Amino acid sequence: MIPAQFDYVAPSTVEEAVNALVEAGEDAKVLAGGQSLLPVLRMRLNVPSVVVDLCRIESLRGVRDDGDALVIGAMTTHSDVFHDPLVREHATLLTKAVEQLADPQVRHRGTFGGALAHADPAGDLGAPALALGASFVIAGSGGTRTVEADDFFEDLFTTAVQDGEILTEVRIPKYTGWGAHYEKFVRVAHQWPIVAVAAAVRVDGGTIAEARVGLTNMGSTPLRARAVESALVGQSATDEAVRGAAASAAEGTNPPSDLNGDADFRRHLATVLTRRAVLAAAGA
Amino acid sequence: MTVTEDRPAGKEIGSPRKRKEDQRLITGRTKFTDNIQLPGMLHLAMVRSPFAHATITNIDTAEAKAAPNVVMVLTGADVADEQGALPCAWPISEDQKAQPHPSIAVDRVAFAGEIVAVVVARSAAAARDAAELVDVDYDELPAALDLKEAAEDTVLAHPDLGTNKSAFWQFDSAGAGTGSAIDDAIRDAEILIEREYRQQRLIPAFMEPRSFAVDPTGEQITMWSATQVPHILKLMLALTLGIPESKLRVIAPDVGGGFGGKLQVTPEEVITLLAARRTGKPCKYTETRSESLMAAHHGRDQWQKLTLAAKADGTVTGLKVDLIANMGAYLGLVTPGVPILGAFMFNGIYKFPAYQFNCTNVFTNMTWTDAYRGAGRPEATYAIERMMDQLALELDMDPVEIREKNWIKHEEFPFTTVCGLEYDSGNYEAATARAKEMFGYDELRAEQKRRRESNDPVQLGIGVSTFTEMCGLAPSRVLGSLNYGAGGWEHASVRMLPSGKVEVVTGTSPHGQGHVTAWSQIAADRLGVPFEDIEVLHGDTQVSHKGLDTYGSRSLVVGGSAVVAAADKVIERAKPIAAHLLEASVNDIEFKDGRFSVAGTDKGMAIGELALASFSAHNLPDGVEPGLDADATFDPANFSFPHGTHLCALEVDTETGGVKMRKYVAVDDVGNIVNPLLVEGQVHGGLVQGIAQALWEEAVHDSSGTLVSASFVDYLVPTAADTISFDTDRTVTPSTSNPLGTKGVGEAGTIASTPCVVNAVVDALKPFGVIDVQMPCTPERIWKAIHDRGAGGADPTEGEAMPHFDEKDVADRSEGGAQ
Repeated sequence: MIPAQFDYVAPSTVEEAVNALVEAGEDAKVLAGGQSLLPVLRMRLNVPSVVVDLCRIESLRGVRDDGDALVIGAMTTHSDVFHDPLVREHATLLTKAVEQLADPQVRHRGTFGGALAHADPAGDLGAPALALGASFVIAGSGGTRTVEADDFFEDLFTTAVQDGEILTEVRIPKYTGWGAHYEKFVRVAHQWPIVAVAAAVRVDGGTIAEARVGLTNMGSTPLRARAVESALVGQSATDEAVRGAAASAAEGTNPPSDLNGDADFRRHLATVLTRRAVLAAAGA
Repeated sequence: MTVTEDRPAGKEIGSPRKRKEDQRLITGRTKFTDNIQLPGMLHLAMVRSPFAHATITNIDTAEAKAAPNVVMVLTGADVADEQGALPCAWPISEDQKAQPHPSIAVDRVAFAGEIVAVVVARSAAAARDAAELVDVDYDELPAALDLKEAAEDTVLAHPDLGTNKSAFWQFDSAGAGTGSAIDDAIRDAEILIEREYRQQRLIPAFMEPRSFAVDPTGEQITMWSATQVPHILKLMLALTLGIPESKLRVIAPDVGGGFGGKLQVTPEEVITLLAARRTGKPCKYTETRSESLMAAHHGRDQWQKLTLAAKADGTVTGLKVDLIANMGAYLGLVTPGVPILGAFMFNGIYKFPAYQFNCTNVFTNMTWTDAYRGAGRPEATYAIERMMDQLALELDMDPVEIREKNWIKHEEFPFTTVCGLEYDSGNYEAATARAKEMFGYDELRAEQKRRRESNDPVQLGIGVSTFTEMCGLAPSRVLGSLNYGAGGWEHASVRMLPSGKVEVVTGTSPHGQGHVTAWSQIAADRLGVPFEDIEVLHGDTQVSHKGLDTYGSRSLVVGGSAVVAAADKVIERAKPIAAHLLEASVNDIEFKDGRFSVAGTDKGMAIGELALASFSAHNLPDGVEPGLDADATFDPANFSFPHGTHLCALEVDTETGGVKMRKYVAVDDVGNIVNPLLVEGQVHGGLVQGIAQALWEEAVHDSSGTLVSASFVDYLVPTAADTISFDTDRTVTPSTSNPLGTKGVGEAGTIASTPCVVNAVVDALKPFGVIDVQMPCTPERIWKAIHDRGAGGADPTEGEAMPHFDEKDVADRSEGGAQ
């Protein structure tokens, strides 16, 4: 497996990286952790003229506290996100999702921003980021702009990040005190999820006061299960109540059919996994 | 028949020695074929057909030839006169039909992945770049893809053959005189059960991709190959290419796994040799994982129609088997014989009076199939063990009880089966009793009952499987009677070096099993020399000049026995020299624990001293040649028949169809054990591989014949994270057909675990009226079986692989190109 030839640059600042991308035009590819790009290059499914490697841009790594939000640098590895105490306290849903992401090797090389920018609808980070209402900071030649989660994921492998732009950081509002769970359904551990559900709930006196639910691999982008969210509010955190709300999890979804299951099976799974995710998040 | 003899006071045999070879194998500080670099070496890249069946109308190599650092581009037309046809060593019938199997397709391709052109360049990268530039024009032909349809000749895989049926093979117990007539048994049956099972196509998925290097300089052409069968490869290359056998040397250096997938003479080996011969330079080819999954031979792939006749009390009176076996596009080294290896095993451990086996070998436009761990025997065991469960279900009997009612009792050994095989030894009662005890059978049944009664969304399934297999391939005379092209003996040499160290040369060819350690243990005990003083040499036909290699759980039983025989010859050679030097009569020389002594005295010499004395040859008896080295071959008089009872408990989540294994107990009887750690390794690995067939692995093709499960993203090979810790134990009933009393263990776990797990899945679904779930038992199939939305998931797996990259970026590859 040998990739076709390409030019390689590894700038040390975001500005230099953006300049390199703008110069190279649409044949350029950004290399973050490489967990999706390298196999694609090696199988020659993509033949970029330039690969811009972000690995030397130190400012893109790490998690910081920014008042009512956490800021996660795009080049922070999954493993670092998993071990980060700020994330664990204020965005537990991410900790839970990253814990189950692929395998240890991938978690040590793959990056938070790289996975989100790749926008594989079966990726484990899109649904949690969407559910938590993340905002995405994108740098380009004209400076930086911020895109809200609802507008970030556009289609299969397509985000608001344009040619010549780089996703630099992701801002996650704090969900301190919320319960969270990522319910992932796979046949083997290292597989992309067949379906997964990301749920975060705030329970107040046994009643669900607020709920956020995201669906993985139920369409061409991560999806919010808004009907479930609104049905959950005011319900008690019991199996029966949550079961009723979760029944609408597949509403408005357009899941794929593939070797692991057809669309009907996925729609069914979405309801079961949503119930389980919400109950686990609520500590029920 | 040889009988088990008392071993000398062995310290090594039976001890859990850690593997000598692991330091270098695990660190990689050793020679695997792809590590080999020779001066001036050239590198190959293959251009493969994207179509399952097509006429090649034109190949334009001009641009590739002009690319930087390209030395040569070969097409089928260039080598048509010299490439010969790849060998099939096992024609199963006089009138077997087959299309000659070219290494490079000449004017037509018959499966997706078949090689159509080869680029030879100064670097692997240059070869791969140029392979993209080879422009192949195809006219697509209709492809024979569905096995049952292919058996009806709806579409022909090879139009010139006029049929897809390669051969028909029958065993009939009435005709063979080994039993009664199946038709009578079926006519008189009080219970008649008919079922059809699918053995899905599997991919061997060995760890080290296939790799070949050829050095054409010097008197002999040297080939390094990641093969299981260097000796067979050498002979077959000579016959295929018309090269004098004496001008070839084949080396299997360290090889990283095979599972039967490297029991082959491959197109890539022939091509690498042809390229080296044409260029006069060393050439190397290492496949990519994608190529390995697509174009290295696959395994299994059968439809099994089974008719079981029984009495109302559960006594089986007959079994009829109608197989359709998918050959794929060509016949590989033993392709047609793989289903026949199962023919004698459908009766399992049971006493059936009547048996008939009918097998039709069928061509399709898919990668050819061949040996894969167990080769025919897992398929047979699956069928009978699923059927025994069906009989138990029909009669509402416990599945263990129904087996016990039909199996051969331990006092009945040796037992001649309805297939005419003589099972030498076994104790199915003991293995089963131990397995049930370890498993907590009754407690788990009680839990199952509770879950059923409470309609628990998580149901418990309990699976049972027994097995035996014919292994230790094989008595040469039996192979001859089956028209196999070679014998089944094995060779060993023991070289007593003057310094007292020992080299054991074996004709077996380890590729991960641990032969170096086990053979050292055997020789250490036999010769009374330290384990550490023994080197085991293998795989190089200049060093190991005779051998029949490693497959079919044969190495220890046959090859280990040859080591015993050679060591014994060394001792016999040493005795007259010892007598001479000790001034005693040969009849008074005793050998024990590495020392030759004169009976009734304290006079004696260590075997190392004798090695030096015989080497220096200063004082040998008249007429005695220097040296103590000895050669021996061992040809078993019979197969060995390991057996075992496996029990599995698993939870089925009826809401999702997900399966979670709770407990797996394997009690195997593999006879005497040389090294329990190695046995554990084989059993654990085998179990995972067999469970993988039950739950995870399947080679899926789309409607145009393209392999959809073409990477490890979609061909689900399990990891440690997907399995539980198995509970294993053994009963020991020594084999009587070899001096070590050992039986094969390499395939045991794989054979027993697949039906055990499927039986457990189906058992969990009993409350839902489900009687079958097709393999692999995916959550979707299980869920649909529960909800009656498919007959046990009998529908084939369909759909594309999920893309994990942007398909918009992918260039149009429909006109071919390198993989």
